[in-house]
Amino acid sequence: MKNTKWLLLMALTLVLSIFLAACGGTDDKKEDTTKDDGKDENATETPAKEDGEPDAEQILNLAESAAIPSVDSAIVEDAVGFNVLNNVNEGLYRLDQENKAIPAMASEEATESEDGLTYTFKLRDAKWSDGTPVTAEDFVFAWQRAIDPATGSPYGPFMMSGTVKNATAISEGKMDKKELGIVAKDEKTLEVTLERPVPYFLSLMSFGTFYPQKEAFVTEKGDAYATNSDNLLYNGPFTLTDWDGTGGSWVYKKNDEYWDAENVKLTQINVNVVQDSATAVKLYKDGKLDRAGVSGDLAMQYSTDEEAVLQPETSVFYMKFNQEKGGKETPLANENIRKAIAKSFQKEDLADVVLANGSLPANFLVPKDFAYDEDGKDFRELSGDHLEYNAEEAKDLWAAGLKELGVDSLELEILGGDTDLSKKMDEYFKSQLETNLEGLTIKLKEVPFAVRLELDGNQDYDIQISGWGPDFQDPISFLDLFVTDGTNNLMSYSNPEYDKLIADSKGDLALKPAERYEAFAKAEKILLDEDAAIAPIYQRGLIFLEKPYFKGLVSHPFGADYSFKWAYISGKE
Amino acid sequence: MVKYVGKRIIYMFITMFLIATATFFLMQTLPGSPIASYSKLTETQKQNVEKKYGIDKPKPVQYAIYMKNLAKGDLGTSFAFKNKSVNDLLASRIKPSFILGAQAMVFGTIIGILLGMIAALKQNTFWDYGSTFFAILGISIPSFVFATMLQYYIASQWHLLPVGLWNDGWKSSILPSIALAMGPLALSARFIRTEMIEVMGSDYITLAKAKGANGFEIAFKHAFRNALIPLITVLGPVAAGLVTGSLVVEQIFAIPGIGEQFVSSIMVNDFATIMGTTLFFSAFLIVVIFIVDILYGVIDPRIRLSGGKA
Repeated sequence: MKNTKWLLLMALTLVLSIFLAACGGTDDKKEDTTKDDGKDENATETPAKEDGEPDAEQILNLAESAAIPSVDSAIVEDAVGFNVLNNVNEGLYRLDQENKAIPAMASEEATESEDGLTYTFKLRDAKWSDGTPVTAEDFVFAWQRAIDPATGSPYGPFMMSGTVKNATAISEGKMDKKELGIVAKDEKTLEVTLERPVPYFLSLMSFGTFYPQKEAFVTEKGDAYATNSDNLLYNGPFTLTDWDGTGGSWVYKKNDEYWDAENVKLTQINVNVVQDSATAVKLYKDGKLDRAGVSGDLAMQYSTDEEAVLQPETSVFYMKFNQEKGGKETPLANENIRKAIAKSFQKEDLADVVLANGSLPANFLVPKDFAYDEDGKDFRELSGDHLEYNAEEAKDLWAAGLKELGVDSLELEILGGDTDLSKKMDEYFKSQLETNLEGLTIKLKEVPFAVRLELDGNQDYDIQISGWGPDFQDPISFLDLFVTDGTNNLMSYSNPEYDKLIADSKGDLALKPAERYEAFAKAEKILLDEDAAIAPIYQRGLIFLEKPYFKGLVSHPFGADYSFKWAYISGKE
Repeated sequence: MVKYVGKRIIYMFITMFLIATATFFLMQTLPGSPIASYSKLTETQKQNVEKKYGIDKPKPVQYAIYMKNLAKGDLGTSFAFKNKSVNDLLASRIKPSFILGAQAMVFGTIIGILLGMIAALKQNTFWDYGSTFFAILGISIPSFVFATMLQYYIASQWHLLPVGLWNDGWKSSILPSIALAMGPLALSARFIRTEMIEVMGSDYITLAKAKGANGFEIAFKHAFRNALIPLITVLGPVAAGLVTGSLVVEQIFAIPGIGEQFVSSIMVNDFATIMGTTLFFSAFLIVVIFIVDILYGVIDPRIRLSGGKA
């Protein structure tokens, strides 16, 4: 009896103490925050030598936002998958530290025929992780597999159709996959034939879908191919281990068979899936992660942290103005109405105060730090700003538009996402637009992404907040979206002059880089300044917390997010 | 008894069939597609991908295939995890969820029962008020709030246990288990207290007291056993919920469990996985309810499972 009482008492004390601990006062918090700051300062001091020698131990701990759905280059369609591919496999080319495509599995720059239709690649002596050589046949097999309709590859046809010879017909099942414009001349020589000259073709060669696959291995594994780390072959800087195909963690190990292994410093990268941004930050502060993405409300809180790194992405967000709904013209078919809306909201405040996540205000469609001309000049310098905020001008345009429509007020709906950030942003638009444009009433419709896609598909909206991230490094990746009947147009915008410029960039101008870029600049001007078909809002940015000893990480503007090939740790010890 | 059990098993299958059917058709009303790059694809490409994953077939055909596979215990292939069966997916994710759920259940119920008994035996004293206050907190504060507090103080500030992830062995499971345990803990404390007070006032306890039984005997042998019945009724479904994964707690602690998996499948419209997980949840709950019913008879022989109008 005595013992029981003691047990009861102890149990109660334990529970109460846990509870009281959990409810600890705010003073503790303040104290500990200061302690944290002290620690951070030390951390920055240690690796002060920027070009410090790499530490003896090269093990990195990172987080991904989702599990890996697939590492089969023909099947991958998500950010995490492409990221893994880029670090464990390698294509003919690879994006370097300056994001230029440089020969990788190719031993030297490709030879291009005069008409720009044939590329010949010489392969270097590279090996798969099983020790066998990477051959030209491996590329032929992988590309044919990716375009074969039976494979059901989402990206194969998307990347190759209209680019690689016969790809469209093959993907539609009208031609045999053997007819694809890729031939192995010998074990180390690969010849690719294109449908049309594609000036950005070499940068495409660094994209995951174009990576090689070893036929014997893929066939042997059958359905099990690429379903876990044992059922994969690697020819990149790292191999994948401890990935069971569905789990929330995996490990990258340095690949000793990689042709450039001597330049790979990290020996191991441990990755865990952490979906919650607050948890990622706590793990980072606890030293369990060397880098953590910060999103949502936390972004504002941490944007001034001394370990915060702002990283602009290449996704651009804009308003789509739907000019036709249910077979009838909408008020947005009026050019003045569109221009008025496009010029009536302050983008700087939106980016800095409302979004506060490293995003930049955008007066453009083709993003900054993304596409460069022959001389390495950013396309943005060439094309300048369009549709800048101008409340006065917006008012005049609005009045003119209303007069043309013969009404004195309008009600329009903004279709946006259902995340907290989207809602905040939509509220901002409502307030700005209604304040600046007299007689305008904005209704907000906030729906999940899947619903938005459906409404977009049915062209059932007035104004939609939409965005686009590029899959290859060329302004056409963005400008192609708005040609008449383009798959992403879905707002009944059509301008023959615009269409012609885009068509020319793929045809007559394909081999004239300077004129081609001029055509793009002209097209962007038509789309935005002249027609206000869409209203650019912002270029998305990201905020990361990154330990000062983590160096050399390269982030890419398209395709995979990161290369760990050149990353290393210096000054942690 | 055998007849009763047989009948219950048949009902269980009927329930599962109805749930499977309802889930299937509800899924069809969801907008969107499980293909991530859908907006970038042309019609032909969409058709090819849909064909590959069998979503191009008419709904009744899809339903028939689905039910046929289900009868064989095959939950289909995940759309998000390419070439991975939903069975494999669940199997790889169930372990962490099960460990957390079981620990939370055991810890929560034992402490809860103790608290409830103390409160009942020491009615209207400091002990009673203390444990009642605790139980009310446990019921009114959601587990994810506890999770965040435990994570912040015990892990982030005092560095006593891991902040999250599933790579520190048993240590990784302690905080999420405690967070999850708060619900069942509060529930059992409250139920046991009420029931015990009621039972303690009944005639047979007075009789036991008169016969000279000591406090321990009265509390455990007589009162507690009777107080347990309503507790088991409510704890059954709670147990099923805990073991099949707590969506938010797993996400907060970055634990690769079934709850975390369920949330991400919904985000990416992975129909097969959503259906598979829902069915798994349902099956688990049905089985737990069945076990609870059987347990009634074990705990209180007065409850007869067969015969009469039961």
